[in-house]
Amino acid sequence: MTATPTPAGPAGAGAASPTPLLRLDNVDTFYGPIHILQGVTLEVMPGELVSLLGGNASGKSTTLKTALGLVRPRTGTVSIAGEDVTTRTTSYRIAKGLAIVPENRRLFAPMTVLENLEMGAYLHGSPTKEDFERVYTLFPRVYERRSQLAGTLSGGEQQMVAVGRALMCRPRLLLMDEPSMGLAPILVEKSFEIIQQVHEAGVAMLIVEQNANMALSIADRGYVLSTGRIVLQGTAAMLLADDDLKKAYLGR
Amino acid sequence: MSSGPRIGKDEWVAREGEQRERRSGLLGGIARAQARTPWWAFLAVFVVLACLVPVVTSDSYIQRVAFDTTIFMLLALGLNVVVGWGGLLDLGYVAFFGFGAYLYAILGSSQFDIHVPTIVVIPVVTLAGALLGLVVGLPSWRLVGDYLAIVTLFALQIFRSVITNGHDIFGSNVTNGVNGILKVDPLSWFGHALPVSHRGLFNPDYLYVAIGFFVVIYVALRFVNASRTGRAWRALREDPLAATSMGMPIDWLKLMAFAFGAGIAALTGTLTASVNAAVFPDNFDVPQLITIYAMVILGGAGSQAGAIVGAVVVNVMLESLRSPDNSRWVFYIAVLLLLLPVLRSARKYLLLVAATVAFGFAVHAIAGAIDPAWTRGTTPGGGAVGRAIAHWAIVPQSLGSTREASYVLLIAAVLAVVTIRGRWKLVALVPTLYLASFVWENVLGPQPEITRYILLGAILVGVMTTRPAGILGERRVEIV
Repeated sequence: MTATPTPAGPAGAGAASPTPLLRLDNVDTFYGPIHILQGVTLEVMPGELVSLLGGNASGKSTTLKTALGLVRPRTGTVSIAGEDVTTRTTSYRIAKGLAIVPENRRLFAPMTVLENLEMGAYLHGSPTKEDFERVYTLFPRVYERRSQLAGTLSGGEQQMVAVGRALMCRPRLLLMDEPSMGLAPILVEKSFEIIQQVHEAGVAMLIVEQNANMALSIADRGYVLSTGRIVLQGTAAMLLADDDLKKAYLGR
Repeated sequence: MSSGPRIGKDEWVAREGEQRERRSGLLGGIARAQARTPWWAFLAVFVVLACLVPVVTSDSYIQRVAFDTTIFMLLALGLNVVVGWGGLLDLGYVAFFGFGAYLYAILGSSQFDIHVPTIVVIPVVTLAGALLGLVVGLPSWRLVGDYLAIVTLFALQIFRSVITNGHDIFGSNVTNGVNGILKVDPLSWFGHALPVSHRGLFNPDYLYVAIGFFVVIYVALRFVNASRTGRAWRALREDPLAATSMGMPIDWLKLMAFAFGAGIAALTGTLTASVNAAVFPDNFDVPQLITIYAMVILGGAGSQAGAIVGAVVVNVMLESLRSPDNSRWVFYIAVLLLLLPVLRSARKYLLLVAATVAFGFAVHAIAGAIDPAWTRGTTPGGGAVGRAIAHWAIVPQSLGSTREASYVLLIAAVLAVVTIRGRWKLVALVPTLYLASFVWENVLGPQPEITRYILLGAILVGVMTTRPAGILGERRVEIV
């Protein structure tokens, strides 16, 4: 595939651009001898909704893991709000304003919804009333189910709890790993509504998705990964109109 | 959510709580009453009952069993932190118990003629144990599950090697090797020694001291569990990756779990060393480890109250099974209970029991008529029930090779019964049950020291298969 050169960076880059919330600069990540991410550079600005697209084994999840510090890059830097955090722990990065909704949600099944939310607030001691209020206002359903065991919830409700739990970290940037995975089509739509709701509440988001159409329809910008390299980037509208992308991922 | 489709809405799960409230009958009432009673009320009642043991009975043996049970409760509480809360399979746990006991013995005995007062030695030993826990816990950064288990098991082996060969560490005799350290100091309180025995009998003051430590540890752990560290431990146990994603420092949390468990075990070691006035390498080995694990798992890993229940059930049962009369009760009740799920019908059940009783009397009469020596033996333990059983079960004067043959035959019969289906299963059960009682009265019953472990194992299997999460364990819910 030939990479279409697109104007780099978010709209308005150059003139007095604000510091990006998250920046991966020329990151190379390895799993043992296998070179996964090859010179990935990516940014998320405050309040932005960015989609990270790509097929299977293109390095999408590894990008998130590198951002979060679950794996360390061999070269390149990761910075949060201008601060180089490449050698910092996951805890530190989350304290700096990152949060993640992991792939498959990974709720604590034998615990109640309330306990799951409390887990999210680990880094700032005990969760405050405002923390809970924020989640409950976004998802009244979560409030209804707060004393129920998370494992007994339906898929859509679990998604809300997973997002709620991540919001308990008080993130400035929420990473979402395949939010539509394993959900019924109607719940996929619901899931993207949830994402928009959270975004409208002022949280920047980086969404990893296979469902390119859906992800681009709500995003400001997008990156396309292929075998560990960023092959396309630009505004969502540009990417939606790109012929290569259409052929490769949208199936049209 | 009103706009969503009606189909597929899982309202039934939402009503789970209401269903529990509506549960009728005695069990429902008990469950509700239990849910309303605060935890400290249970603890208070339990502690009062435990403290009453020396008041109710002057039997030194029973008092000592109560003390040992309290020791096991402490050990189970500590192990529950590592295994139940942290989810870390620590097979080196007993090493910390032994470390505490040995350190107490070294700091307070004629071994080096050091006699550090209790008030100093207990905090020192507890802290040293916790520090050792941190070190032994280090591999948990990279290893989990069975891998961690095997590494910690070797930590226990290293500890065993050091204490059994510790009579020559750089030329000095530290642990006195296999002979152990003798003449260990009793506990003391500002110069007043607490004698281990009164006129050769167990000093119940030691029971009160152990219960005191138990209450402190129980309440402290209760608060730890409710703290954010306790919450983080549970998250770590359920899903380490999700826990990391919440910003929890999981490496540190693992070490904390190890240190808490090890500290409690070391503290408990001081009590054992002082009450026995001696420490031996064999007191801290794999059998003790397995017993403590059985307690935690039977009670329900993750539940503090469960650890207590497990410790009491296992230790009291192991002690009471030393008497053939008690173990006979346990054996027959276990057999009768085991038959319940096999038959699933009250009519068949009664029929089977009646048939077995009749079959037994008939066989007994025939055997007695052929050769009176076949029924002239005595049942183990005696007692009213034992004598009554002697009129029903065949107990020959001398067994000879029937001992082994009957055992093998019983195993074959049980295997046959398991494979047979339908009516013939019921028919085959009658002689099998009778054969089982023959084996019990002649082979197993007379050797309670061996059979008590077999019985305990069978009971564990029975309880754990009906309640996989343990007696008081949390119900497991899987995300599907």
